[in-house]
Amino acid sequence: MYTTFDDIQLALQKGVSVTAIVQYYLDNIEDRQDLNAFLEVFRESALKQAAMVDEKIKNGTAGLLAGMVVGIKDNICYSNHKVSAASKILENFTSIYSATVVEKLLAADAVIIGRLNCDEFAMGSSNENSAYGAVKNAINEDYVPGGSSGGSATAVAANLCTVSLGSDTGGSIRQPASFSGIVGMKPTYGRVSRNGLIAYASSFDQIGPFANNVRDAALVTQIIAGADEYDATVSHKEVPNYFPIQKSAKKYKIAYIKECIDSDGIDPDIKGRIEQLVNCLRADGHELIPVSFPMLNVMVPTYYVLTTAEASSNLARFDGVHYGYRSKDAVGVEETYTKSRSEGFGAEVKRRIMAGTFVLSQGYYDAFYTKAQKVRRVIKDKTNEILSTNDFILLPTTPTTAFKLNDVKDPIQMYLQDIYTVHANLAGNPAISIPIGKHPNGMPFGMQLIGKNFGERELFEAADFLMDFC
Amino acid sequence: MNEAYEAVIGLEVHAQLLTKSKAYSNDINEYGARPNTNVSAITLGHPGTLPKMNKQTIDYAIRLGLAMNCKIAGHQHFARKNYFYPDLPKGYQITQDTTPICTNGWLDITLADGKKKIGITRIHMEEDAGKSIHDMDVYDTLVDLNRAGTPLLEIVTEPDLRSAEEAHAYLTEVRQLVRYLDICDGNMEEGSLRCDANISVRKKGAEAFGTKVEVKNMNSIRNVQRAIDFEIKRQIEALGKGEEIAQETRSFDAVNGTTISMRSKEAANDYRYFPEPDLPPIYVSEEQIAKVKSNMPVLPNELFLRYTEKYGLSAYDANILISSKAFANYYNAVVQHTSNYKAAANWMIGDVRSFLNQRGMEIEELSLAPQQIANLIAIIDEGKVATSIASQRLFPVMLERPNESPLALAEELNIIQDSNQDAIADYIEQIMANHPDEVNRYKSGEQQLIGFFMGQLMKASKGKLDPKTANQLLREKLS
Repeated sequence: MYTTFDDIQLALQKGVSVTAIVQYYLDNIEDRQDLNAFLEVFRESALKQAAMVDEKIKNGTAGLLAGMVVGIKDNICYSNHKVSAASKILENFTSIYSATVVEKLLAADAVIIGRLNCDEFAMGSSNENSAYGAVKNAINEDYVPGGSSGGSATAVAANLCTVSLGSDTGGSIRQPASFSGIVGMKPTYGRVSRNGLIAYASSFDQIGPFANNVRDAALVTQIIAGADEYDATVSHKEVPNYFPIQKSAKKYKIAYIKECIDSDGIDPDIKGRIEQLVNCLRADGHELIPVSFPMLNVMVPTYYVLTTAEASSNLARFDGVHYGYRSKDAVGVEETYTKSRSEGFGAEVKRRIMAGTFVLSQGYYDAFYTKAQKVRRVIKDKTNEILSTNDFILLPTTPTTAFKLNDVKDPIQMYLQDIYTVHANLAGNPAISIPIGKHPNGMPFGMQLIGKNFGERELFEAADFLMDFC
Repeated sequence: MNEAYEAVIGLEVHAQLLTKSKAYSNDINEYGARPNTNVSAITLGHPGTLPKMNKQTIDYAIRLGLAMNCKIAGHQHFARKNYFYPDLPKGYQITQDTTPICTNGWLDITLADGKKKIGITRIHMEEDAGKSIHDMDVYDTLVDLNRAGTPLLEIVTEPDLRSAEEAHAYLTEVRQLVRYLDICDGNMEEGSLRCDANISVRKKGAEAFGTKVEVKNMNSIRNVQRAIDFEIKRQIEALGKGEEIAQETRSFDAVNGTTISMRSKEAANDYRYFPEPDLPPIYVSEEQIAKVKSNMPVLPNELFLRYTEKYGLSAYDANILISSKAFANYYNAVVQHTSNYKAAANWMIGDVRSFLNQRGMEIEELSLAPQQIANLIAIIDEGKVATSIASQRLFPVMLERPNESPLALAEELNIIQDSNQDAIADYIEQIMANHPDEVNRYKSGEQQLIGFFMGQLMKASKGKLDPKTANQLLREKLS
């Protein structure tokens, strides 16, 4: 059984082939179809890539990720493979190019084993918004895996792949990682190319990894990060080595946001565990600084105004004219638009397109969009101010553990799932969620560290330390 | 036009830029390729694609901004203009909204009664849409996305124009300018230069503007003029009948020379502009502006000054020479090799131009090198060939045999003129012997007969005599 890349490398040393490792995962996927994590298994291309990597291993030319088997969220394009964003509107759409992250993974000799279920267009916090059915939590199938990258979380938690890629716009990697008891990382905005990531909200979206330990997350992030001529928003800053992670005996200075821990919605067991952790870290000689960030109540509204605005524009291209779903009984161009989009998009996607269209409309733009932009600026500045005197900001990942399927029906309640995670997306900073405990209800939960911009290396080091410390 | 009213016109010109690749992708930017061939995933707006900035677009915008005396913005960003149309694959156009790259400029236009300054409100960068083709398939509209993503500059004037003639002069000036700047081919028929007009009328002396109407779909400067003339007349007639002008967009019908309502203001789109999150803000530095400035091609107004002040040409001649950049370039090349600027201008405006016109050719297609014109001028100035003979007999042969020296051709044609005084004297004596009556009349005071003798002289020598020397000798012999 392989849960981490260490396990795989050990097996490779013993002479196990990459093909055999891929076969192991293919069998696991077959066994756990009930989880509905995969929308498609790329059996053929995965085995072909595995054979190629086996050849390279024989020749001593294998790349850094030889033996790593990766699942990708179904909003990441892979040339000549289907990609649907878990939407009916892109059913049977085949990408004609590969995302930069996919090219980088393949160039490092990883194997891409399939595309993973998610909320439609990455909009959701429970993975119940997929046009292809909900994903189930690997720990307990009655529970949601979180969203929107639910399939990516479940696949890693259930050992259906070594690591997976997700995308995080408001917590879509960290929240399901927390719900599934694994590591999930959102890099700094602009660290990883978005080329080939089907856009939800362009100024928020980042691709990042799910893994069973911090080391695998660090390795994958290192491979996929860096400048890209196809994404003008990606940073040209050099990517330092995140891997191998340096074990540091450093004493950290960590800020924790009082309002997050004292908020009404937080589960008392999660709150208790965080407080206990704060005290233990103090006792270990770290400085834990309580800071006030009295903007918790505006985070989610600000996030939704800005992301829906961008989404309303980003999703305009799905119009039934050039590709994707076209309504069969539409007559004329106007009807092609309205019917194709009405039939092709799910309820949550439509809700967000409508909301975004509204906040950008003449007469409402300043009251909503402009104001939200200003609030985002304040959140950014305040966050960086805290991080100018502290190494990290510590906060819960989610106010509760995973909930049961069909339990949360009110969209606003669902949006409040993101209350602790949207912060890092609004500010742009990197953030990682690591598992810190198990709730009496049997479900795991995590904790977040927000790092300095482009401070991924330090963030991985601290997260790795905390994983052992917890 | 009804004397009681005046028209107020502002123009929006879209110029397609001659960049090698498109505005936000590496796709080739060219006109006339097979439909849907220059279309990568980015142009097609496929899921997950992002725009990538073509830096040449920015330099071209700065070039035009400087030529139009604009302020160049330092900090600026792109915006999305959202609307649905089949030839707009992303469902939005990447353009500039609140931060255009160039603002507050002006352009001088030349009118019959002098120059007029037209204010330039703004110039901004954006991308073109594809083309919807409605007349190729019986049932369906076809879409060609080759044009999608072509970089455009939109040039917006102040409402400073007062007539169709002024609009004509402005567009002529803009077209000439973009061609001189090498940023756009200025071809209105192919749509690389397009114009929309905002037209209103008001009572003369009134300060407030009338309700404006936007007119689209005019594919030549002439049609812009026709559309404006029609629209002014229509609006004045409507006001005369006490009707209100509806704020609307109208389309020009070139067949009937009329405008037809396309959509009212109420039906207009709410474009929901917002900053483009996929492109970082642009910063144009003073250094970048200085660099563009130092690489600016020479502009027509600069050439005009050089031709009239330094070369001593007439304003009329100078204007003909600068009317096309290629023509002016050819002239500039000729005067690299001769300092007889006037003669060079005369050859260009006369023989060269009429030859091109007869053949329907462009100056670029002329196989004769500019230096050959200079060589021709040299042998004329040396008195070896008479100008009229050169024009009638030598130049046509030079066009057919462009690589041979004019002197060698002149020798072959046997038109080298004789400036040998003895030879001329022989001719004169012969003619005087043949026309004793005329000699007597001349001697008794009919001085105008000198023309007759010169004519006889040239006829006898087949034009090969140097007229100056011949004239001088003739007068001596007759006196």
